[in-house]
Amino acid sequence: MPKLINRSAVIDNPWTVMKVSTGPEILKVVPGKNFIVPLQFWRLYQEELNEYDGNITVWLDSNENPEQISGEINSLSLIALNFPVFSDGRSYTNARELRQKYAFKGEIRAIGDVLRDQLYYMAQCGFETFEIRHDQEAELCLNAFKDFKTGYQSTITEPTPLFRRR
Amino acid sequence: MYRYDGYDHQMLADRVAQFRDQTNRYIDGKLSETEFLPLRLQNGLYVQRLAPMLRIAVPYGMLSSVQLRKLAYIANHYDKGYAHFTTRQNIQYNWPALVDVPDLLADLAEVEMHAIQTSGNCIRNTTTDQFAGAAPDELEDSRAYCEIIRQWSSFHPEFAYLPRKFKIAVCGTANDQAATQVHDIGIYIVKGDNDKIGFRILVGGGLGRTPVIGKEIFDFVEKKHLLTALEAILRVYNREGRRDNKYKARIKILVKETGVEEFKKKVIEQWALIKDSSLTLTDEEIDRCQKFFDAPNYQKLSNSPAQLTDKLQSNVLFAAWHSQNVNPHKIPGYSIVTVCFKQTGVAPGDVTDRQLEQLADLSEQYSFGEIRISHKQNIVMADVRQDQLFELWKALESGAMVSHNLGLLTDVICCPGGDFCALANAKSIPIAESIQRKFDDHEELTNIGEMNLNISGCMNACGHHHVGNIGILGVDKKGEEYYQVSLGGSSKNNASLGKIIGPSFAQEEISDVVETIVGVYKDKRNDDEKFIDTYNRIGINPFKEKVYAKAD
Repeated sequence: MPKLINRSAVIDNPWTVMKVSTGPEILKVVPGKNFIVPLQFWRLYQEELNEYDGNITVWLDSNENPEQISGEINSLSLIALNFPVFSDGRSYTNARELRQKYAFKGEIRAIGDVLRDQLYYMAQCGFETFEIRHDQEAELCLNAFKDFKTGYQSTITEPTPLFRRR
Repeated sequence: MYRYDGYDHQMLADRVAQFRDQTNRYIDGKLSETEFLPLRLQNGLYVQRLAPMLRIAVPYGMLSSVQLRKLAYIANHYDKGYAHFTTRQNIQYNWPALVDVPDLLADLAEVEMHAIQTSGNCIRNTTTDQFAGAAPDELEDSRAYCEIIRQWSSFHPEFAYLPRKFKIAVCGTANDQAATQVHDIGIYIVKGDNDKIGFRILVGGGLGRTPVIGKEIFDFVEKKHLLTALEAILRVYNREGRRDNKYKARIKILVKETGVEEFKKKVIEQWALIKDSSLTLTDEEIDRCQKFFDAPNYQKLSNSPAQLTDKLQSNVLFAAWHSQNVNPHKIPGYSIVTVCFKQTGVAPGDVTDRQLEQLADLSEQYSFGEIRISHKQNIVMADVRQDQLFELWKALESGAMVSHNLGLLTDVICCPGGDFCALANAKSIPIAESIQRKFDDHEELTNIGEMNLNISGCMNACGHHHVGNIGILGVDKKGEEYYQVSLGGSSKNNASLGKIIGPSFAQEEISDVVETIVGVYKDKRNDDEKFIDTYNRIGINPFKEKVYAKAD
């Protein structure tokens, strides 16, 4: 089970991220689970998903856009955003847009190539939980949220930019 | 100039500690090469041919005497006794050891300096006109806005992993000296309706492999909306800029492929979401930042005092320097002095620790303790009393800093090239030197007149070759170093990109080629016509014919 943290602790992870290559038969094989499914799966297998007895939500890849699920965003309690590689910065913008444009109040989870040295900025952009890559030490990762005491910008965690707080 | 408060200091201290930890983890093998790479780049650290290269941020080129002394100390302590001015108004060191870098950064932090975001796929140092605040043709001092942008862009959590690097320039003067139109975002301070000051914003300019002049996206943006406009542009770029091909990842390609109108539509959509948010600038913040750039304590003086005019009459060398390196100031009795670092035999932009210390002393004596670096790799003392110009010149002479070739053919812009840089196809410093040796007669240089020659060692174009009146680009031809020559580039208000004249040349041919080009210009020019104007009038062919006729 991949390690999950929030900004202060290691937490339980009841959700399983479904890979892009997985087919709908999995829903029959493992009932009663909590799946975060890829957008394509979410679109293609609505019927199967509706019949499933576990919890289901969606993850967006970095080349996908919250606009593609705009009608459903606020019925969800969790949306995951993928980092196919840590240096792909698009999911930062997706996270901010979920918060700013769609006023999404649920949990935004970082999945994929999630590493210690990007966690601080992710948190600033509205990510709440982080499924860290298997080789990352959870304790070390928790330090990341203390990298900076404050910043200049208007962010999701600190909407008032420094120039209005000085 | 801008001074840090507790917040700025805290952030910098946090950053130094963060990078120290990252470096330690890298050295311990806990952080892979690939994962350490963007972290070190965003702290200014390249791994180069001979040693790491550290690029230090000099926000919009401004340095105090205290900072200059620290830079001299660093050159001496961590490097081989010299530093290098870059075309982004920054400073580079070519020899620090990786393990020393965190200490070096801590030393810099003591004088409110850092190496943050001087490299990597993030928003880089914001640049401006080196005469900002002193130029007579200025609408408003650009530096306050540069500082506002510096703060907004430093540690911006959303834009640390952009598709590619991102450069912003701000220009407040009528005569653009900041190469504003070849930036990812170029900002002109302009007067709108009712004489209201705001910004005209260009997007998608840049040099590199595909040079492009920026296109206007907004003709007038109110001051308060500056940051939200920038944030909206960056957001569209971060999401849509190409990430599949490094060479197509700059915003200029996105703007070109999307079309500027469609791009603008997307920006406006994003902008609408944040336009009146807390990121909207306040008058207090603009005031606060402007106060840091208030005019220094100028004396009431008049222009052309006898102490100056007498010396101009009696000393030919001083007069030559004065006519080339001294510019008018907005305040009577003051001048803007450019110290030209283009001495033959010294790599363009190189400065020794001793010279840095001397500049610190001289700036305190003659220019309120501040200097600026220009994107042409020279140093500006912006507020010198005219009655002290001669004294300053004498003092500069003792430090071998009186090159009076500013703005002339030998005031070459040049990247470090193959001597230092791992990316380069060819050396550039020896090319600069061969040209400087060929044209070593000052009278001849002034006869040729205003001319800029820019050299890059590869198509990343750090030496701005596309916008040189004469541009020279190092290319690799079957493992040999060759040089492609282009003509007609300009980074001024009427920015244009140079046109390649034809097949490339060997290193030893270049200075002759330049001589031939200059010869054609001298033959064809009308009266006081500048090179660029003659070129625009007669086109490339007369040059081409002569250059290649000679080669046969």
